[in-house]
Amino acid sequence: MFVFWVWSETGWGTNEKLIISILAHRNAAQRSLIRSVYAATYNEDLLKALDKELSSDFERAVMLWTLDPPERDAYLAKESTKMFTKNNWVLVEIACTRPALELIKVKQAYQARYKKSIEEDVAQHTSGDLRKLLLPLVSTFRYEGDDVNMMLARSEAKILHEKVSEKSYSDDDFIRILTTRSKAQLGATLNHYNNEYGNAINKNLKEESDDNDYMKLLRAVITCLTYPEKHFEKVLRLSINKMGTDEWGLTRVVTTRTEVDMERIKEEYQRRNSIPLDRAIAKDTSGDYEDMLVALLGHGDA
Amino acid sequence: MGMGVDENALISTLGKSQKEHRKLFRKASKSFFVEDEERAFEKCHDHFVRHLKLEFSRFNTAVVMWAMHPWERDARLVKKALKKGEEAYNLIVEVSCTRSAEDLLGARKAYHSLFDQSMEEDIASHVHGPQRKLLVGLVSAYRYEGNKVKDDSAKSDAKILAEAVASSGEEAVEKDEVVRILTTRSKLHLQHLYKHFNEIKGSDLLGGVSKSSLLNEALICLLKPALYFSKILDASLNKDADKTTKKWLTRVFVTRADHSDEMNEIKEEYNNLYGETLAQRIQEKIKGNYRDFLLTLLSKSD
Repeated sequence: MFVFWVWSETGWGTNEKLIISILAHRNAAQRSLIRSVYAATYNEDLLKALDKELSSDFERAVMLWTLDPPERDAYLAKESTKMFTKNNWVLVEIACTRPALELIKVKQAYQARYKKSIEEDVAQHTSGDLRKLLLPLVSTFRYEGDDVNMMLARSEAKILHEKVSEKSYSDDDFIRILTTRSKAQLGATLNHYNNEYGNAINKNLKEESDDNDYMKLLRAVITCLTYPEKHFEKVLRLSINKMGTDEWGLTRVVTTRTEVDMERIKEEYQRRNSIPLDRAIAKDTSGDYEDMLVALLGHGDA
Repeated sequence: MGMGVDENALISTLGKSQKEHRKLFRKASKSFFVEDEERAFEKCHDHFVRHLKLEFSRFNTAVVMWAMHPWERDARLVKKALKKGEEAYNLIVEVSCTRSAEDLLGARKAYHSLFDQSMEEDIASHVHGPQRKLLVGLVSAYRYEGNKVKDDSAKSDAKILAEAVASSGEEAVEKDEVVRILTTRSKLHLQHLYKHFNEIKGSDLLGGVSKSSLLNEALICLLKPALYFSKILDASLNKDADKTTKKWLTRVFVTRADHSDEMNEIKEEYNNLYGETLAQRIQEKIKGNYRDFLLTLLSKSD
């Protein structure tokens, strides 16, 4: 591999540009191949080698990008359950926006790396309403067909509406519907909710005056299940504008969505902020970190 | 009366018999046939017809079940149990607690394929009451199956479990911590927990700690499956066993026969508990093709 030779010949230290140019435009299969050839040639995991040379945001972006998607999600999930880096959004994103079979691979990667299951960690590190919501969310293996039962959509929209009216936001049935129904079924249910009761459910939920962590998470769950690019746009916007506490949101969204739905997210971002995402990122970041992110955003065009 | 039908004997006696012989047979078999003197014929008792149908179908059912993929088999078992209602929920516990993580996941995949919905959504929407959390949690589990375990973590879980089953108020089966421990922890972790529990309480965790039979069953299935299967096999082979209980024999044999190690453990446990081998008991109590089929399944693990 010519690229490799160039890389190894020119050494590491000052070659962030080379790292970006090699990795940013490769797809998951290619990155995986690069990693295994590197390991076979130099007897060391590429990520370990990178770890010694790079720093902060750039390092994180490269590392996350280089990891296999299931490993990446496992790493992010583990990080999000640790006390000081606690970030339940990440769990919601992983549980709600990855396809069901992909989520299984994440669980396998998690078990292989951390010698326990993601469920037991999530369960152990949460309690009360948060656990009630997050544990089934992370455990479920959703049906992914397009079949929709309209009668069920109507009856479950009614249940959701009742619970919202009663302010029973952690009611068993309320959570059951959100955490077990297929995305297609849920979509139909929430459409019916909107049509029948005049407002989208998240609008009603936002009216709750006690807008605590649980409520924010609940709304995120609904958005991620029905309109994920909207959620990711929000994370990007808050991170770029340095609002909120999700400081690594920018890195996370770009590295995890580039091969999935980045085009839709870009459109959503432009629609909402009247400025293209790469321009916003360029304004807010600099140096190698900026170059890496911009290269990833242009990944599809390479 | 044992189980199954001695088809060969039937062929040679009834099959070859003349009309008059059969009439004599009917007149002589007062428990199966009743004289309708007015209309001059020997009527079959309803229960005899049902009984015969059932006995003839044992071999049939066993073969059909055996031919199916294990995942489909388990998915259908769960569906049937769900339809039957509360009295059959022990089947759901059995399937979810005694299968490996991959086999349970497989059953969930098969469920998607067969019933166009996920196992957990079906159970969640049909089970009400305190058992819902436990059942949904058990079928949603994808447990770590490696050999790493944190003994102090198991010890602290044991304390939590001990407190939960002792305290009054909310039933143990509903308590969040009980559900968390039973539905997310690895089986190895639970083995360590079992040891600590017995030391802490001075009593056996498997001695029926809870009023909830489902909770007790989950514990024995997770910790001592060979014991569990031996007991239900014995119940099914008992002369007083009812129609439903007798069916357990087919289910256990067909679902466990592929797993030689487990089957051998069951055979050993059965022998220890009841003083005779499973093979001997089958020989005594079962007839015909059904018997031969069961013995063949049994010998797979020899």
